[in-house]
Amino acid sequence: MMMLTLAKRELRSLFLSPLAWSILAVVQLILAYLFLTQLNEFLILQPQLKMIDGAPGATNLVIAPLYGSTTFILMMVVPLLTMRLISEERRSRSLPLLFSAPLSMSEIIIGKYLGIVGFLVIMIFMISIMPLSLLLAGNIDLGLLAAIVFGLILLVAAFAAVGLYMSSLTQQPTVAAVSTFGILLLLWIIDWAGGKAGDDGASELLSYLSMLRHYQGLAKGVFSSADVIYFILFISTFLILSIRRLDVDRMKG
Amino acid sequence: MANTLIQVEHLSRNYGSLQAVDRVNFELSQGEVLGFLGPNGAGKSTTMQMITGNLAPSQGSVKICGIDLLEQPKLAKAEIGYLPEQPPLYRELTVDEYLTFAARINRIAKNKISAALDSAKQRCGLEQVGKRLINNLSKGYQQRVGIAQAIIHSPSIVVLDEPTVGLDPIQIREIRDLIRELGKEHGVILSTHILPEVQMTCDHVQIINRGQLVFADKIENLNQRMQASSLIMGLQHSPTAEAITTIEHVDAADDLGDDRWRIHFQPESSPAEALAKQAVENNWGLYELTPEHKSLEQIFVDITTAEQIQPEQTQEEQIA
Repeated sequence: MMMLTLAKRELRSLFLSPLAWSILAVVQLILAYLFLTQLNEFLILQPQLKMIDGAPGATNLVIAPLYGSTTFILMMVVPLLTMRLISEERRSRSLPLLFSAPLSMSEIIIGKYLGIVGFLVIMIFMISIMPLSLLLAGNIDLGLLAAIVFGLILLVAAFAAVGLYMSSLTQQPTVAAVSTFGILLLLWIIDWAGGKAGDDGASELLSYLSMLRHYQGLAKGVFSSADVIYFILFISTFLILSIRRLDVDRMKG
Repeated sequence: MANTLIQVEHLSRNYGSLQAVDRVNFELSQGEVLGFLGPNGAGKSTTMQMITGNLAPSQGSVKICGIDLLEQPKLAKAEIGYLPEQPPLYRELTVDEYLTFAARINRIAKNKISAALDSAKQRCGLEQVGKRLINNLSKGYQQRVGIAQAIIHSPSIVVLDEPTVGLDPIQIREIRDLIRELGKEHGVILSTHILPEVQMTCDHVQIINRGQLVFADKIENLNQRMQASSLIMGLQHSPTAEAITTIEHVDAADDLGDDRWRIHFQPESSPAEALAKQAVENNWGLYELTPEHKSLEQIFVDITTAEQIQPEQTQEEQIA
């Protein structure tokens, strides 16, 4: 209840800032362009695909690549959205409002987190309108689309958890954004080293840590509970770290 | 008998080796306005932050309406409204949106929010600006929004940290009226380094210096301390200094130039009458005779310097 109030306020403030609107617009524009080029290519290939039995359809050739680009763009965009969550409040000294209200630290953190995740879900919904528009012209694999969207939501929710924690560490939003992006990129590519490390155990571990690997399963339509649990653990870890960090604020002043 | 709203015992706080607040004790009852007075860096804000749960004390306890702030923070915080030095505002929201949010996080039932909003706005004089963005309001109005936020859930205790800083004289007067008004129903704790503010608004006064309470009493007793111990006398035909000092009860007479004199005496033995009599008898041409009030500033300096000389003694006084 309290968390939803906080989330609503967070969402409202996001939509009152030009940053959120411009990010929504830019992301939509870039992805629409990618979507149209992909669709164009598909239409050129379509006559040949018809000849082949069991050839991949629009879902695989148009929609999957679209979401592939989406993950990468969101990795760059989420840090910009999360950077102000706590650092800005710390800078404008509005945190005492929350601290002196009858709220626990977890309520404050989870409330803010739900607000930003709500925004990201709206963004993913906006992006998903494009593939859904294909329904007007033909069939798409709705099951696969649902799996991809579900995976994407988990992925950006994980991005947001990292961003929230980074924002709780500093007073400078830009510092939060840069460090969030750094961590996300590192976690994204961490399994690249895996193959070259030579040590099987190490490469196994590194590739297990990689967010990309856990997202790829879902993006292929394979719903594995291990991947879902990975994301849930990932998110909880960073939320707990943020709660601890805010508590330290109260202890150290 | 008024009930105790806040009870602070042995409250201490250190930042590393710096002792910001040192074993502070005090109480506040309903219907009282308590002034917290001290120079910059004395520990006023730190104390305010601790009693509102924004800062964990290093030692000591805070009880709000009998509820321990550290053990049951949620219950205790529901009884406090706090305005920090810098009002905690979301500048991108309108006044109404902001106050609604403040009401909701303070757990006001949904159907009572609009009533709470109206009464807070009315008390702080914000009826006209409800639809305006906080960012576009003047400093004085932003301060009032800050106060409105602190009183919206009608808490038992309202804590205001330097509420009149940066306001113009008219706004200061309005805020002071508001504080007195609040003091009728709520317990109010007010911190300031402006001495007349305490005189005008508070029932009780506490002076804090270097983290320690050095004076805690009713405002009347502080005023008593300010009793005159000197007079200004203006004479058209000044006699010699000796002629004045020989008058009964006069300790010393300083020549201020332009035929004006400052006459020092012991409190409670004013020589004013004797002086007037002498002046008439000797034809000194008396045209002014004014008792000089010791300013609160003077008292403050007296107390804080005494504290530095004899820290042991004042601590004993505190315990007593």
